[in-house]
Amino acid sequence: MSSREWTRRTFLQAGGACGVGATLGSALPLGLLDAAARGSVPQAADQVVPTVCEICFWKCGVNAHVRDGRVVALTGNPHHPLSRGKLCPRGTGGLGTLYDPDRLVKPQIRVGERGSEQFREATWEEALDRTAEGLRKVADEHGPEAIAMLYHGAGGSFFKTLMKGLGSPNVAAPSYAQCRGPREVGFELTFGEGLGSPENLDIPNARALALIGSHLGENMHNTQVQDFAEGLGKGMRLIVVDPRFSVAAGKARHWLPIKPGTDLALLLGWVNLLIQEEWYDKAFVRSQTVGFDQLAAEVARYTPTAVYQETGIRPELLVASARELAQAAPHALVHPGRHVTWYGDDAQRSRAIALVNALLGNWGKPGGFYMSSNAPLAAEAGLPAPPEHRPAADRKEGEHLFAGSTLASGLRDATLSGEPYPIKSWLVYGSNLPIVLPDPRKTIAAIQELDFLVAIDILPAEICGWADVVLPECTYLERHDDLMAPWFREPFIALRQPAVEPMGDSKPGWWMAKELAKRLGLEAWFPWEHPVELHHDRLAASGYGAEQERELVRTGVLKTEAGPMYLPEGSDYAYGTPSGKIELWSQQLADAGFDPVPVYRRPEMPGPGQFRLLSGRAPVHTFGRTTNNRVLLEQFPENEVWVNRAVAADLGLKSGDRVLVRNQDDAETGPILVKATERIRTDCVYMVHGFGHTSKGLRAARGRGGNDAALITRYATDPLMGGTGMNVNFVTLEKVEA
Amino acid sequence: MAPRPERSFGMAVDTVACVGCSACVIACKSENQVPDGHSRRWVNQEVRGRFPELKMRVWSDCCQHCEAAPCVTNCPTGASHYDLATGTVQVSEADCTGCKACMASCPYDARFVHPTGFIDKCTLCQHRLMQGRTTACVEICPTSAITVGELDDPGSDLSRLLRSRKTRQQKTAAGTRPRFFLLE
Repeated sequence: MSSREWTRRTFLQAGGACGVGATLGSALPLGLLDAAARGSVPQAADQVVPTVCEICFWKCGVNAHVRDGRVVALTGNPHHPLSRGKLCPRGTGGLGTLYDPDRLVKPQIRVGERGSEQFREATWEEALDRTAEGLRKVADEHGPEAIAMLYHGAGGSFFKTLMKGLGSPNVAAPSYAQCRGPREVGFELTFGEGLGSPENLDIPNARALALIGSHLGENMHNTQVQDFAEGLGKGMRLIVVDPRFSVAAGKARHWLPIKPGTDLALLLGWVNLLIQEEWYDKAFVRSQTVGFDQLAAEVARYTPTAVYQETGIRPELLVASARELAQAAPHALVHPGRHVTWYGDDAQRSRAIALVNALLGNWGKPGGFYMSSNAPLAAEAGLPAPPEHRPAADRKEGEHLFAGSTLASGLRDATLSGEPYPIKSWLVYGSNLPIVLPDPRKTIAAIQELDFLVAIDILPAEICGWADVVLPECTYLERHDDLMAPWFREPFIALRQPAVEPMGDSKPGWWMAKELAKRLGLEAWFPWEHPVELHHDRLAASGYGAEQERELVRTGVLKTEAGPMYLPEGSDYAYGTPSGKIELWSQQLADAGFDPVPVYRRPEMPGPGQFRLLSGRAPVHTFGRTTNNRVLLEQFPENEVWVNRAVAADLGLKSGDRVLVRNQDDAETGPILVKATERIRTDCVYMVHGFGHTSKGLRAARGRGGNDAALITRYATDPLMGGTGMNVNFVTLEKVEA
Repeated sequence: MAPRPERSFGMAVDTVACVGCSACVIACKSENQVPDGHSRRWVNQEVRGRFPELKMRVWSDCCQHCEAAPCVTNCPTGASHYDLATGTVQVSEADCTGCKACMASCPYDARFVHPTGFIDKCTLCQHRLMQGRTTACVEICPTSAITVGELDDPGSDLSRLLRSRKTRQQKTAAGTRPRFFLLE
C-alpha cells in the first residue's frame, strides 16, 4: 500500500480534487517549505514587519515574519483594530500569492491579437513610454475624459491622482455597482448615510442578528467574523435567510430557506408584522422618523400568508423570526449584507432592510449601528488645481440619480456605445474585468473599441490577456501604499510597508504612477520622491509628532481617541436626509418617480428544468484573486455546483460527477464537480465564485472548476443607482461522461 | 497508560464559534513547515437531516494527544512517546522507521507519512508551549474557537471552559482518554 493511501485526509483530498489536487504539491512545488528546515521554528529570531494585508479588501493588520530575506509566516497584528492578532485563512496563506511562480515579473507588450495572450518582455523604460504615449494620444484626440480607470485595491490611489491630473472623472471600482453600491444607496435614502467598510455593525453586543443571503463564516471578513463568533458565544439569537444551508445557517435558531428572488417580500412582511403587532420601538419611531403612517399603509398587504405564497417561508416562521428580532430590540440587527447586486431591485431591498432596522430603533444603540469615528488625517496638500472636465460618462443625464459613485458597468457601456461620449482607453488596476463585470461578452466587445488598454496587476489575470501593455506590480508585502484611516469603532491610521524586496522586475504602483506622470507632464501631482515623504507630510499636517510617526512604523498602527460609540438616550441626531430624520417614506424617491416605500414585484422565475444560478464565497478564497494561490488551493482546490440531492437523483447525478452548466443564452462553463446535497433548495444551484479561469498564465487556476461569471450574460439594472443584479440567470446541467 | 506528566496540556474546540475556515490549518503549516499536500490539522463538517430540517456541526480537529495512546503502545521503536514535560504525544523523528503501526492504530487518522520517511502529526506546538507561548492554531483563529491549556490547572482557561460548557470527546469507546474536547 502506498503511503498516500494511509491517511484519510490525503486520500480525501485526492478524491475531492479528482487527481488535480492530489498532484498539486509535487507538480507545482512552492519552494516555501524546505523540508530540512522543518520542526521547531524559533520565531523570536525572525524580523517582524507590521503591514496591511490585501488578499481581500478588509485591510487587516498583518505581521510578516521575515527570515533570510524571505517571508516565512503571516500572523495577525495584535495592535491593529481590524485583526486584533487574528487572521482569516486567506491572509494566513498570503505567502502563496507572494511566492506564486506565475507572478508577473517583467513588463510586457502585446505582439498578437488582443486576447491572444501573446506578449514580449519589455524594459520598464519602453513599457512606460508606450503607456504614456497610448494615454497621451487618446487624450489629444478625444479629450482626457476618454481615458477611464477601472480598479480595485489600495494601490489604486496613486493612479487616481494621475487621472485627476489628466482631467478625467471616469474612475470606477466595480465594488460599487457590482457589489455593495445598492446597500449604500438604500441606507443613504433612509438614514442619510451609507455604511462604508467596515460596516458600523455592533454585532458583539447584538442579542439577535438576521443575515439575508450573507454567509458570514464562509465570507471571512476577519473582524466581522470575530464579532459574529463573539456574539454567538454570548447567546445572540441568529436568523439566517438563505436558499442554502450555509455554515451560518447551521448556527441559526431560525433558518428561512427562502425562494430566491423574493427577499423583498419577506422584508416587507417583517416590516408589516413589526407594525401590526406593535413590536416596533414607538418612542424611537415617534422622535427619529418621518412617514410612519404612510409606511404602515403601504406594507399592510404583506401579511404572513401573502409573504408565504411568494417566499415559501411558513407564516409561523416569519412571525417567530420577527418576534425574535423585536424581543431583542434595540439590541437587534438585520445585517445589511455586502455583495447585494442580485435582482435589480437591490437598492429598494436594502432600503427595506434599513426600514426593519429603523423600526427596531437600533441606530446608535448597543447591538445596533454604532457611531464610527476616524483618525484625523489631512489630505495631500499642495497639488495643482485639477483641469476642468466633462461629467463622467457612466450614465446619461437624469439616469440612476441616486448613484453615489461612478459605475464601472456604465463606463463599459459608454465604451461600447460611444455615448454620452467615447471612451478610448482603459487603465485597469487590479480588477479582472472579464470576471468582475456581468456579461463578459460585452466587456470583450468594449475592449475591442479601445485604442489603448494598460493593465497593472500582480498575476496574469484574464484582463491582462486583452491588454496592450501589462505592468507588473509587486504585492502588498513588497511595497508602500498611501496611509489608511478607515471609519471604525476604534479610529486608527495604518501603514502598508514592505517586508521584502519586490520579486523580479515588479514595481510598486506609486512608482509606476509617478513615472507615467513624468512622461505626461504631470510631475506636479507627485511632489515627493517616495511615499514615506507623503506619509510624513500628511501626518505632520494632521498634528502627529515624530514619536507617533515612529510608532506607526514600528507597530503598523497609530490609534487615536474614539468618539462615543452610542447615542445618549433622548439625544437628537442629525440624519443626513432632506428631512433630517429617518425617512420611512421617501419624498426624494417620490419626487424622482420611484416607490417612496419599497414595493415587491415578483421577478422572472426559472422555467421547467431550469435552476436559478446563485454564487458565493469559500472561506479560503477572495473571488478569483486567490484561485492561483497554491497554499489556499490546497485547502479548496476547485468549486462544485451544489444541487439539491433529490433533484440530482432525478437528473441521474451524484456527488463527484462532472457537469457542464449552461444558461438561457447558451453560455456554458465546466466541467464542474457536482455536490448533491440536502443543503440547498430545489429551484436553484450554487457555486463558489472565482474558479474556471482561462488565462494561460494562471497555471494553477486554469481549468479548475466552473466560472459563474461566464453564465452571467444577463443582468437586471437597478433603476435607482445602476447596480447590476446578477442572480437572474437560469441554468441547466448536462452530465459529462468520464 | 502514560506516566504522570509534569504538566498536562489539552485542547478544546468550540463548535459554536468554529466556522471551519481553515485558518488554523494554514497557520499550522507555516509554523511547522508541514510539506505540500499534507497537514497536521483538518476541518470536519457533519450535516444531518433532510431539507429543510438540517443540523450541522463544524470543528477544527487534530491529534487528540491521548492519555492512553494506541500509537504509543503500538510503536515498536519507542519513537511515538509521551512527552512528560507537556503531557502531549510526540514522535522522535530519529527513532521512527516509518513502519506505520501507529497510523494503523490511531482511531483519529491524525498521522501521515512525511516525505522524508517518518510519521508526522500535531505536536500541540510543543516548542511554543515550552517557551510559554500558545499554539499557532490558537494564535491565528479568527473566532477564538480553539483553546489550549493545562488540564491539571483548575485556573486555566481550558479548565474553566470544560467546567462551564457541555463537552464531548471523540471515539472514547476506543479507550484512548483523549485530551481533546469539543464544546457544544
